Amino acid sequence: MKTTNIMIVGVGGQGSLLASKLLGRLLLDEGYDVKVSEVHGMSQRGGSVVTYVRFGERVYSPVIAEGEADFIVSFEKLEAARWAACLAPTGRIIVNTQEIDPMPVLIGNATYPGEVLSELVAKGVAVDAVDALSLARAAGSAKAVNIVLMAKLAKYLPIPEEKWLAAIEKTVKPRFVELNKTAFHTSYDN
Amino acid sequence: MKQLMIGNEAVARGLYEGGLSLVSSYPGTPSTEITEFLSAYGDIHSEWAPNEKVAAEVAFCASLGGVRAACAMKHVGLNVAADPLFTLSYTGVNGGLVICVADDPAMHSSQNEQDSRHYAIAAKVPMLEPADSAEALAFSREAFALSEQFDTPVLLRMCTRVSHSQSVVEIGERVATEPKLYEKNGAKFIMMPGNAKKRHPVVEARTAALAAYGEDCPFNRVEMGGTDIGIITSGTCYQYVKEVFGDSVSVLKIGMPNPLPEKLFTDFAAKVDKLYVIEELDPIIETHCKNLGLSVVGKELFSPIGEYSQATIRAAFGLPTEAVPTADSDIPARPPMMCAGCPHRGLFYTLSKNKITVLGDIGCYTLGAVPPLSALDSTLCMGASVSGLHGFNLAGDAERSKRSVAVIGDSTFMHSGMTGLVNIAYNASNSTVIILDNSITGMTGHQHNPTTGYNIKGDPAAKVDLEALCHALGINRVRVVDPYDLAACDAAVKEELAAEEPSVIISRRPCVLLKTVKTNPPLSVNEDKCKKCKKCATLGCPAISIKDGKAHIDSTLCVGCDVCMQLCKFNAIEKGGDRA
Repeated sequence: MKTTNIMIVGVGGQGSLLASKLLGRLLLDEGYDVKVSEVHGMSQRGGSVVTYVRFGERVYSPVIAEGEADFIVSFEKLEAARWAACLAPTGRIIVNTQEIDPMPVLIGNATYPGEVLSELVAKGVAVDAVDALSLARAAGSAKAVNIVLMAKLAKYLPIPEEKWLAAIEKTVKPRFVELNKTAFHTSYDN
Repeated sequence: MKQLMIGNEAVARGLYEGGLSLVSSYPGTPSTEITEFLSAYGDIHSEWAPNEKVAAEVAFCASLGGVRAACAMKHVGLNVAADPLFTLSYTGVNGGLVICVADDPAMHSSQNEQDSRHYAIAAKVPMLEPADSAEALAFSREAFALSEQFDTPVLLRMCTRVSHSQSVVEIGERVATEPKLYEKNGAKFIMMPGNAKKRHPVVEARTAALAAYGEDCPFNRVEMGGTDIGIITSGTCYQYVKEVFGDSVSVLKIGMPNPLPEKLFTDFAAKVDKLYVIEELDPIIETHCKNLGLSVVGKELFSPIGEYSQATIRAAFGLPTEAVPTADSDIPARPPMMCAGCPHRGLFYTLSKNKITVLGDIGCYTLGAVPPLSALDSTLCMGASVSGLHGFNLAGDAERSKRSVAVIGDSTFMHSGMTGLVNIAYNASNSTVIILDNSITGMTGHQHNPTTGYNIKGDPAAKVDLEALCHALGINRVRVVDPYDLAACDAAVKEELAAEEPSVIISRRPCVLLKTVKTNPPLSVNEDKCKKCKKCATLGCPAISIKDGKAHIDSTLCVGCDVCMQLCKFNAIEKGGDRA
């Protein structure tokens, strides 16, 4: 079978590490070979961050190169555009429409390119734009953005919802399990 | 049971299964988690040392004392520990000794991208290099037996991609080991010239024996496939080679990059038509091949700069890649930056405002270099700010020392800043050193250090009194300032720079990300009062943005540190925003 490539991108501190932990655990339980690659350290301080998740029968490289990603799950709009070159021609971007200004924009040296998603769509890129922050707040916490986005990804993967919910139970701290299950279910059905 | 582990956790598991008794380390990305994971094992003594040299010496003398020991550090940490390493090669070990060193190709979180394999060659010690977590576990476990069999410390080379990638491992049982007897043996362990001269030939013979061992050891292997192309590779590059070529080429995978065997290479070369070497950073394996007279293609196709991927290999071999559409708009860069409420910000704002020359150091506060603060003038290595300031001041007239400071974090000051401060006092340098005491080792992810009062397990520990220490080192002028208080920062910087003697300012406030720190409700901007002066934006706080000329505070990021309030002449920033 072909290896499936998923990139999780966003801004340092947004909670992408939990998303990749959940995904890794789930895919391993499903019997796949899995590799998850992330970078810790300096880039986590509000910088652009990327996690690679690859699964299949036998996975070698821990990273995803240009033109290879089947899915880019972006926690932030601008970051989806930053990493779009990694998308495969048949790939899909699932993006939280939240805008977080990078420092050059904050201090007025650049403007936030608000139209990046429509530019990508105009070129034939498959984009699922999600107001994940609202969905997360509706489920009980802005911090559940990561789970909301994972639920959107889940629709495209050959793994049933109950397996995802079981993986949430195994990876999330007990007191946050119900919140995250609610967020997942709401997003999955929406 | 199969499980996913990052390479660093797998190293920790491997060392544990291999019978490790003691680990002493200094944190450094991408090596830190090795020691953090080891600290969770109750039957191992784990500790943070003040620096890598101390850590290596603790681990060595634990080995001398009879147990299996280890330390872990980033590549530049091995520079600090190089002094003991070169002579450890001569003494050899008693209990097995493993030194884990994590390189950072592409410099995700480092100041250079040196290749640690040079140290293995220069110090004449064996080095192992795993390519994923399963190998990281297996190699770490076997490293102790190798160390004891050949009477040598063993280097374990990790890199960012192996350290921080999760892949599948299966864990095993911990081997039962008994501490070895310690017996006095001056000829082996007292490295004075008469003894060392007798040990050097032992080292040379050991290297030859290890090279012979490398011909048929579990760390190096040949995977024959198609024979048009043969690729010699090591570490994470092996994964990229397999990703691109699968079984269509033959591969010599090197897991022990030092010392390298001969026959294994010449035999492999004889079986393939064209030979390539693919290795990250410097041409170590390639040079070995060329010394053997083999015709290989290496760095003329592959850069000695940065990390590779499958794309690097495809491009080098002229294989096609997919062209993908991208957005038309310019995508602004998103560099890392100091967090909202970071206690370093107020101090750096003060230095930037007063146009002070700032010799910087290694830590979160290196981010003071980023616009709009742009407060730093140099960053070299751990401790260099303090020692360097003295030299910088001596190179100028008397006024220079009134315009220049060094900044260094609490952990970095413990690591190697103290000696520079002794030099300032001893040599009557009119220098001003600022210790940015945020009560934690921040950038590497919150490790305790001798100034925090807690050890690696979070248990109470002796706490260095920084003020008393600076006094004891010979500095008379030592003062503490709260970096959230801009007026106090300004006064402290101006007064200490004006003083005609060495001085230390301790800028003290805990890292805002610490769980023990209680933050305040977010601030908000009163739009009627905002005069669009953008003064608050000069702080470089991620919570503050300019929308239609007026300041806006992101209530999800703001922690109410009030620094921007002190800056606003129009009182437009107010308490009482809503937490989202």
